[in-house]
Amino acid sequence: MSDPLAGLYQELILEHAKRREGEGLIEPYDAERFLKNPTCGDEIRLRVRLEDGRIAALGWEGQGCSISQASASVLAEEAPGLAVADARVRIEALRELLRSRGAAEPDEQLLGDAVAFAGVARFPMRVKCAMLAWVALEEALLEAEAR
Amino acid sequence: MGTEVEQGTTIDAERLAAIRADFPILAAEPAGVPLVYLDSGATSQQPRQVLDAEWAFRTGRNAAVHRGAHTLAGLATDDYEAARERIARFVGARPERLSWAMNATDALNEVGLSLAEANRAPAVDPRLRIGPGDEILITEAEHHANLLPWQRLADETGATLRWIAVDDDGVWTEADALAAITGRTRLIAIAHVSNVTGLVAPVEAIVAAARAHGALVVLDACQSVPHRPVDLDALGVDAAAFSGHKMLGPGGIGVLYLRAELGDALPPARVGGSMITTVTMTERDFLPAPQRFEAGTQPVSAIVGLAAAVDYLEGVGMAAIDAHELALGRRLAEGVTAIDGVRLVGPRPGAERAGVASVIVDGVHAHDVGQVLDAQGIAVRVGHHCAQPLHRRLGVAATTRASAYLYTTEGEVDRFLDVLAGVRDYFGAR
Ligand SMILES: Cc1ncc(COP(=O)(O)O)c(C=O)c1O
Repeated sequence: MSDPLAGLYQELILEHAKRREGEGLIEPYDAERFLKNPTCGDEIRLRVRLEDGRIAALGWEGQGCSISQASASVLAEEAPGLAVADARVRIEALRELLRSRGAAEPDEQLLGDAVAFAGVARFPMRVKCAMLAWVALEEALLEAEAR
Repeated sequence: MGTEVEQGTTIDAERLAAIRADFPILAAEPAGVPLVYLDSGATSQQPRQVLDAEWAFRTGRNAAVHRGAHTLAGLATDDYEAARERIARFVGARPERLSWAMNATDALNEVGLSLAEANRAPAVDPRLRIGPGDEILITEAEHHANLLPWQRLADETGATLRWIAVDDDGVWTEADALAAITGRTRLIAIAHVSNVTGLVAPVEAIVAAARAHGALVVLDACQSVPHRPVDLDALGVDAAAFSGHKMLGPGGIGVLYLRAELGDALPPARVGGSMITTVTMTERDFLPAPQRFEAGTQPVSAIVGLAAAVDYLEGVGMAAIDAHELALGRRLAEGVTAIDGVRLVGPRPGAERAGVASVIVDGVHAHDVGQVLDAQGIAVRVGHHCAQPLHRRLGVAATTRASAYLYTTEGEVDRFLDVLAGVRDYFGAR
């Protein structure tokens, strides 16, 4: 029997859910966001530090399902070094991909390891899990820039 | 009407097959595999007989009730009041003690808001008085529907909200309850059966202690009335609430039970049409209970459907349903306990538990557990089940809950246990 969940729980996702790249709250930081998914209780606290318009460091703490934790881990691996504007483009690209219900083709060039979440698009109930850390970064960037 | 099933003490295989055939949705395959519906604690499924009753009413007898003088209005009113009598008989209550609500949450809110309203009056009825120095007692395991109304009532009246603490399994005992009920207790609100742990509350002992101290008892009967014989008048509670959608009935209809003295003393929270005797431009007089708690047009066809649901349940027999579900609860509890790395919440196997089991899988979040089950067609509830304080006490944000009903089979429970046993391997959690 083929695994109906293989598209969702990619090897890379399960691996990241355990590795928890970037776990820990960084100091100093420019902005912090705490987000919670009230339906399932997933939560994340994410801090970001900017230098010269780029993400210099990103750290997070959280609890939740493997999808939400893995997506925070992938984000923490991909984000440092990115220009703020580029980070925004990636966040938006992931959002579009996840909301496509499987209709969109993932842009591997742009998304990097985050393409592993393409399968989530077929599980609409899990899209919020996959976006949680990314939305936290999106909001933290706005906050950091407003300072 | 429908299948004629003889009332017995258990549900045997043949009876179970006949019951299942009455529920069209049980043949559905929403995830591409046969559905194993283990989420009746959230909402139950409806048999053809309920849909047929609603259809018959809407296509043959629908009109505004208690308002018009035409023949059709008379027929609709007859059905409406017959439904009240039918449902009242089912829960051992006099019909005038039942008023309609949207759901149990709405009914519990009605009680809380009415009590707040009563305590705003210049001369408060002494039976209803709640104020500074008084205590409202609940448990740490309550559904938010039986927590928030009392939090708010405490805030509004200056009373103190107290709760019976649960242990590491989410369990509390009769002794815990009796120790918490004192002369300061004015109101006790508890779930008859917990939607998370399946714990059955010692209602008789609590009512006796409440009587001795002059406290009111509000029973959240959401998980008891659908599943076991319940006699509200005999229990002696002052108020009770349950939801139609959890007992084979339609959504949008719930029931508020109020003991007569309370019903006629409580000022209604909602005011408007159909609940008054005389209205002037500045004043109003209310009808007695139950009408005083039924402002506005009620969902009459849903009420008729709920009466048909009650007919169905009694056709099978509540004692038989109870026995069936207790056996499934036992099977769930024992099966879950036998799985390595899976922790059962609630009463230990062997202790009384309703047909529900919530579990914590070591190293795997409930959301992921639910996903693996769903892929096999097994529908369970994952999350905090509207009981965040309980889950906080258990040290988790979410649990995975399987809940049974009269149509649930042992095979379905075993299927759940089988897939659950493989979850930790799937995520490499061992
Ligand atoms: C114990 C308990 N109380 C209250 C409720 C609230 O029921 P409803 O959402 O139908 O108002 C539920 C159902 O979720 C429940 O299980």
